[in-house]
Amino acid sequence: MVLTGPSGCGKTTLCRCFNGLIPHFYNGQLEGEISIAGLKVKEHQIHELAQKVGLVFQNPENQLFALSVEKDVAFGLENLGVTRANIRKWVDWALKTTEIEELRERAPHELSGGQQQRVAIACVLAMRPEIMVFDEPTSFLDPLGARKIFRVINELNKKLEITVILVEHRLDLASNYADRVLIMDNGKIVLNGKPREVFTSEKARLAGVGIPKATLLWQLLQEKGFSLIDVPTGSEEATHFLREMFEN
Amino acid sequence: MSVFEGFRFRHISSPVHRLDPRVKFFFVIVMFVAAVIFFELLPLIVLFTLPLPFVWLGGVQRPWMKSLRGAMFLAVFLFVFNLVFGYFSPSTVPYGMVPLEYATAMLLRFLVLVESFSTFFLTTSPDHLSLALEQSHVPYEFTFAFTTAVRFVPVLAEEAQTIMDAQKARGLELERGNFMKRVRNYIPILIPLIVSAIRRSLELAEAMESRAWGAVKKRTNLYVLKLRRGDLMLIIISIIILAAALYVRYFVYPLPTITMLLPK
Amino acid sequence: MIEVQNVFFTYPTANVEALKDVSLKIDNGEFVAIMGQNGAGKTTLIKQFNGLLKPSKGNVLVDGVNTREISVAQLARTVGFVFQNPDHQLFSETVEDEIAFALKNFGFNEEIIEKRVTWAINLLDLTEYRKTSPFMLSGGERKRVALASVLAWDPNVVILDEPTIGQDHKQKERLLQFIIQLNSQGKTVIIVTHDVEFVAECNPRVVLMVRGQIVANGEAKQILTNPDIALKACVVPPQITQIFQGLADLGFPADIIDVSEAGKIIFEHLELEGRKR
Repeated sequence: MVLTGPSGCGKTTLCRCFNGLIPHFYNGQLEGEISIAGLKVKEHQIHELAQKVGLVFQNPENQLFALSVEKDVAFGLENLGVTRANIRKWVDWALKTTEIEELRERAPHELSGGQQQRVAIACVLAMRPEIMVFDEPTSFLDPLGARKIFRVINELNKKLEITVILVEHRLDLASNYADRVLIMDNGKIVLNGKPREVFTSEKARLAGVGIPKATLLWQLLQEKGFSLIDVPTGSEEATHFLREMFEN
Repeated sequence: MSVFEGFRFRHISSPVHRLDPRVKFFFVIVMFVAAVIFFELLPLIVLFTLPLPFVWLGGVQRPWMKSLRGAMFLAVFLFVFNLVFGYFSPSTVPYGMVPLEYATAMLLRFLVLVESFSTFFLTTSPDHLSLALEQSHVPYEFTFAFTTAVRFVPVLAEEAQTIMDAQKARGLELERGNFMKRVRNYIPILIPLIVSAIRRSLELAEAMESRAWGAVKKRTNLYVLKLRRGDLMLIIISIIILAAALYVRYFVYPLPTITMLLPK
Repeated sequence: MIEVQNVFFTYPTANVEALKDVSLKIDNGEFVAIMGQNGAGKTTLIKQFNGLLKPSKGNVLVDGVNTREISVAQLARTVGFVFQNPDHQLFSETVEDEIAFALKNFGFNEEIIEKRVTWAINLLDLTEYRKTSPFMLSGGERKRVALASVLAWDPNVVILDEPTIGQDHKQKERLLQFIIQLNSQGKTVIIVTHDVEFVAECNPRVVLMVRGQIVANGEAKQILTNPDIALKACVVPPQITQIFQGLADLGFPADIIDVSEAGKIIFEHLELEGRKR
C-alpha cells in the first residue's frame, strides 16, 4: 500500500503509530484504537510491536549504529535475546534476501546511500516482521538507487508475503507495485482505493499530490473524448493502452 | 592532530590484532605498573623495548612513531621540568643518580606509558574493544554509546566540513580577525553542528526503539570472544614481566644506575 | 559568466579523480541543470564555481577572474550557493537575523540590510515568521529561509544543490515557478539534481556527468530522450519519454518530455488516422 499526501499531512505521524512510537515514545494525546497484527498498540510496548511491525526510516545514515553491517543486522535479534545460532541464521537470511551479502564486513560509513538503505531494510527484516512500513525510504537516493530499493521492497511483498506500507511522494516510481493508494491531507485520509481510481479522482488533484504523468496523459485524452481501455498508472501500461487504441 | 593519528585503529590483520582485547589491556596494565615502580634508567630502557616486538608484528610502526612524536612535546617539558627541579632540590633525586639521569628516566617512563597505550589502540578495532567491554560486564548502554560515538566520528567530521563550506559561501571568514573575533566566528559552525547532532540522536533513538531496544534484560551477542593460544601466551608473558619487575624492585639492591656505572 | 577550462580535481584524502578534464561555459542569464548519478561529480563541480574547491589542474574563471586569485567570501558576492540541507546553515535566533547574516558579512550598512531583509522575506512569503526562530519552522519553511538568506544579497548566479529532495508535489511546483521567475529576472540559475521529471518540466540546458566527466551538454529534450546517453549515465528517462519510446514504431517522435506536447501529438495522430479512415 502506498501512502502519500502533501508535506505535513500526517503520513509520518501515522507511520509512527504503526509500531508504537506513538504513543509510547512520543508524548501527546492519542484518541481512538489502533490494532496491528492482532495487537492493540496502546497496550503493548514498542519492543513487543517491533517483532511484528518493522519501520524503515528516511535517512539511511541514522539507522545504522554498529561498525559493521553484520553487527547492525544482528542488533534487533540481540535485543530480543535470540540465541547465537539463530541470530547467525536470520542475519545470513536477511543479508541474502536483500542481496547485500558481499557488504557483510563493511563499515556503514563506507557505503553509498542506496547500500545503507538496503542494510537498514535487512536490519528490520532480520526480525521477521509480518508488516514493514517504509517512511520515504528513497528521499536521499538517486533514481537508480531508488529503483533498487523499490525492487527489494516489492520482492519482500510478493515473495515473502510481508504487508508493505510505503510512504512516497514520487508516485510515478512507486505506483507500479501498489495494490492500494492512500492519500492523506491535513491529518485526514481523503482517498483510499486502487491506484487507478485514486489517481483519477478530483480529490487527489485537490490534495496536490504528484499524479503520474501517464495518468495525466490519459486525462488529457479523456477531455478530448478519446478513451483508452483502462487508466494507466505507469509507462508500460500507457504504451500498451495507446497501442491498443491506435490499432483499432 | 598527528598525536591522535597515533591512536586511531587501522584495518590490518595480524596476530596482534587478533588477540583478545582484555588480554592486551592486561599487558598494558602490567607495563603501567612496571613503569611506575621504577625510577632507574636501566629497567625503564628494558621496559621501553618490550612492546616493540608487538608493534613490529602488528605492522603499525609508522602510526606508532607518530604517537611518540606527538607525545614528544609534553615529554620534553617533563624532562626540562624534572631536570631543573632536580638541580634546585637535590633531595627529590633518588640516591645514586644525577639529575640528568633522573630526568631522562622520567621522560622514558612517560614514553613507556604512551607507547603501550598507543600499541593497544592501534591494534584493537573499536568493535573488538566494545565486545571486550560487553563481555567484561560493562553495562551495554556504555558500550553502545562508545561504539555509536566511534561510528559517527567520520560522519560528524564530514558534516562539520559541509557546514563550514555553507557558511563560507555566505561570506563567513574563518581565518581573519583577532582571537575573540575568530572564536565568535565559530558560532555559525557549532550551532548547526550541535542541532544536527541532536536531530540525529532523535532519529537514532527512533531506530533503536523500532528494533526492540530494551526487550530483554540480558542481551545476547552475535560474536563471542574466546581466549586462544596466543592470548594465553600473552597472559603468561605479562605475568612474567610483572613478577620480574617486582623481583628486581624489591630484591635487587642496590639497583645500578648509569651514574654509578660511569667511571669517576 | 562562468568558464571551466580543462579542470581536473582530486580530493586530498582520495586517490580517485573526482573531475577529469571538465570544460564548460555558462553565460549570464542561462538556466542550467547539472545531472548525473550520485558520485558523478556534480557537487564537486559546482563547488568550483564559488571557490569552495579549487581545481587541482586547469582553471575556473568567474566573470574573468580566476577562482584561485580571490577568496570564497569575495566570490560569494557573485555566486550564491544554496546547500541541500538548510539545517547546515541555520543558526540564528530569528529568521530576520539569519537572512541578515550574509549581508553583515559582506559589510552592507544597517539601512540596506533592513531593506534587503524585508525584500527577501516578502519574496519568499516568510513575513509572518520574521521574528520566529528558524528552528521552530517546518522543513519546507526552513528551506525557504535558507533560500531567502542567499537571495538577500542579490547574487548574479544562484546555485541550488538538489533543491527537490524531500519536497512534495506542490512544493516542487512552487520551486519551479520561483526558479523560472529568477531566471527571467536575468539571474544565472544552476541546479544540481537527479530528478528527471522536474528537469522535464522546466526544460533547462542539461549538463550530464558520468564519473567525473561531462558526457552530454545541450537541450534537455535531446539529452533526456537519447537512449544511449541515458544508458551510459544511468539516467531514467521521464515517463512521457518512456511511453513514446515504446510507440516509436507507430511513427511517434522520440524526443518528447512534456505532457501537453505529448497530448497534442497524440491528437494529431488520431486526427490523421480519422481522416485516413
